[in-house]
Amino acid sequence: MIELFRAPNFDFIGKRRWAYVVSVVFILIGLTSLVVKGGLRYDVDFAGGTLVQVRFEQAPTTDRIRSALARIGLGDAIIQRFGDPNEFIFRMPLSESAAPTDITRRMQQALSGEAGLGKFEIRRVEFVGPQVGRDLQLQAVYAVIAGLVGILIYIAIRFDLKGGIAAVVAVFHDVLVSVGALSLTDREFSLPVLAAVLTIIGYSVNDTIVAYDRLRENRGRAAQRKGGRFADQINAAINQTLSRTVLTAMTTFMATAILLFFGGKVLEDFAFALFVGVITGTYSTIYIAGALIVDWTSYVERRHPGGAGPGAGKKAVAKPGERRVKSHV
Amino acid sequence: MPRRLWLRIGIVVLVLAGSIWYLYPPRRTINLGLDLQGGIHLVLGVETDKAIASQTERVAEDLKNALERKGVGVTRIAREGQAAIAVQLARPEQWNDALTAVSEFGGTFERRDEDQAAGRFRLVLGEAEVNRLRDLAVRQGVETIRNRVDQFGVAEPTITRQGDDRILIQLPGVQDPERAKALIGKTALLEFKLLDERTSPEDALAGRLPETSEVLYQRRVDKDTREERRTPYVVQKRTLLTGAELNRAEVQADPNSPGNWQVSIEFNATGARVFGEVTEQNVGKHLAIILDGNVYSAPRINERIPGGRAVITGQFTVEEARDLAIVLRAGALPAPVTILEERTVGPSLGADSIRQGLIAIAGAAAIVFVFMLVYYRLSGVIADVALGLNLLILMAAMAAFGATLTLPGIAGIALTIGMAVDTNILIFERIREELRVGKTPRAAIDAGFARAFRTIIDTHVTVLVTAAILYNFGTGPVKGFAVSLFVGLTASLFTAVFVTRLMFDVIYMGRRRLEAISI
Repeated sequence: MIELFRAPNFDFIGKRRWAYVVSVVFILIGLTSLVVKGGLRYDVDFAGGTLVQVRFEQAPTTDRIRSALARIGLGDAIIQRFGDPNEFIFRMPLSESAAPTDITRRMQQALSGEAGLGKFEIRRVEFVGPQVGRDLQLQAVYAVIAGLVGILIYIAIRFDLKGGIAAVVAVFHDVLVSVGALSLTDREFSLPVLAAVLTIIGYSVNDTIVAYDRLRENRGRAAQRKGGRFADQINAAINQTLSRTVLTAMTTFMATAILLFFGGKVLEDFAFALFVGVITGTYSTIYIAGALIVDWTSYVERRHPGGAGPGAGKKAVAKPGERRVKSHV
Repeated sequence: MPRRLWLRIGIVVLVLAGSIWYLYPPRRTINLGLDLQGGIHLVLGVETDKAIASQTERVAEDLKNALERKGVGVTRIAREGQAAIAVQLARPEQWNDALTAVSEFGGTFERRDEDQAAGRFRLVLGEAEVNRLRDLAVRQGVETIRNRVDQFGVAEPTITRQGDDRILIQLPGVQDPERAKALIGKTALLEFKLLDERTSPEDALAGRLPETSEVLYQRRVDKDTREERRTPYVVQKRTLLTGAELNRAEVQADPNSPGNWQVSIEFNATGARVFGEVTEQNVGKHLAIILDGNVYSAPRINERIPGGRAVITGQFTVEEARDLAIVLRAGALPAPVTILEERTVGPSLGADSIRQGLIAIAGAAAIVFVFMLVYYRLSGVIADVALGLNLLILMAAMAAFGATLTLPGIAGIALTIGMAVDTNILIFERIREELRVGKTPRAAIDAGFARAFRTIIDTHVTVLVTAAILYNFGTGPVKGFAVSLFVGLTASLFTAVFVTRLMFDVIYMGRRRLEAISI
């Protein structure tokens, strides 16, 4: 059989300092981009405003378009190419001139009145008023928090609190990197992109749970063998599930890559967020989540030597014979 | 012999048949979202404050009449604030008569700021009543809009109330969004008022306007230059008749203005009577026909009109006339509405989106299929078959529940392809491991499925939880994504575990001693 990894035994935990550095670097790059650009660019979904998508029969110049729009008071709209050279998007902030009641008619009027623009078709109009925009912003924040909390609770119940927190930190790291990537590539944060972020949360946790599951199973059996060092056990769990983690990452990655490159412009930002998210989600499972548990445990051990091992007190993890764990790596 | 083989085969066949039945024919069974079929999505906010204000004004008018009938003179009775009426008696000695008249009048008021000596008091609408009016305004708004949309003729519109004071409207397949928005958003309050013949427009604009009159404008948009001209009229504030008294409204060709159209209206019995009285008492004066605060025309009353028929002219195109007739027939909105959110997608974009979405799904499926085949050989083929069934069940479930397929929903399907195969990867990796440790193939298969199961449940729960959160707060297209993710992964529990196991059993059941499996 074809095998990607034959009994792998990489020392992920041993190399975790490198991993931390890499993670911090990526997060910092992302954050810097956010700060420099003054935050994420919000789509009309969150910022409010009007968006109009127009397809021209012959590719026009941006100047012509702008002069046409200027005639109805929208001269400072943001005009962007959308996909191929004939398709454009105009974004206008909330204002009188961009009021939804007759924007389509006025835009048709303005565009047909401009010489050299030729035939066109208004393909899409989106308007979000200030109230709805604010509502959505609020709900977005709630949704992300709800997602993270829900996952924390679920893992804490199924495994232990430490694992839950490590998983949430890993997921949060994924979200930061993805958002940073969005900012770096000047993409907009819209409702579908938020959906992508929440999906990434779900996917990343998915991965992490598979490793935890294996760890728990190993420790169950290792109790009979006077279990090895905790760090080794985590390492072993990650290695044993490595095949599955990487393979699933590959299939999901291929699906999102197809979406990104062939799914059309409307979905592009959404697909991009997913694309980045799958990569960091896998990375965080392999390098971050387990590493965090190990470091946290050894930190606790140094504070209270000989005391609680990881997950002591929670039913699923520690077996009675295993209270003292050598966790200095 | 594997357990209950025939039963399990039967279940799968049943599910397969059910899916095909629900899905056929696909064009009709699958509910396409607006972003795929084109159409309008509107969220309107009902300005309930204005509804309350107008209601209060009507009550003030009626109260004035009631007081006068009782012989209580009133120098001033007017709306103050949103839901209060200020009353100033002509003769403070009539205080008690006034209060009696007010309590006989009924309604749910509270008396405030009483000043018996000066003969002044305020009536304030109770809070419960105000809330009831707000609620009523929104409900009536929904009904009226539904009425209008019915007449407009849209297939499968959605008109529902959202929250306290919002109305959600979805009109699939609408080609002319401007017209639809105008039709829906128009308050359509038709009023008939007499012109104030004693005050000229110049005087009024200079500020010499009596309290009982106001200035309204006639807006004429020149069809060629698209310029707007406003002509002022001074009208008496008192509304004599409204659109509520209309029975019929019909479109007719305008005899005086060839090529243009007009709307002929007919009052009901009450309206006709009032109309007759008004025309009788005001021959020679002008009666303004006002729609939403704009004067349409102000014809001279030449004689008493007993039949309750009139004509609204304005050089309308046939569409304008038709739309006006629709809103007059359906009735006025109890309160004005503003557009809070609008998403309009043209049909060509919708068709493009479908095409691109399908390409994405096909591409994702192809890559994953081939990959599984190459990496896991025959077992990979088993997984591929299970995946195919998964997609089939997913589409059938969406059709069966009437779920809406949106563009992100299509993306969700592509994503499901990538993630659902994870379950099989989990199982197969486990089986490989067991084989490596030295178990017999049959034992390895059993152990693989058993050991992986707990993990499979965990992974599914986490993604299902996120899908549920997404569904809960997302709007249309995002909801569609959550739905396809949710349904797809739930179906994958069935196909990737139950069906795959069944296939393993069926394929390998014949052999006595299983030497090796293709994985």
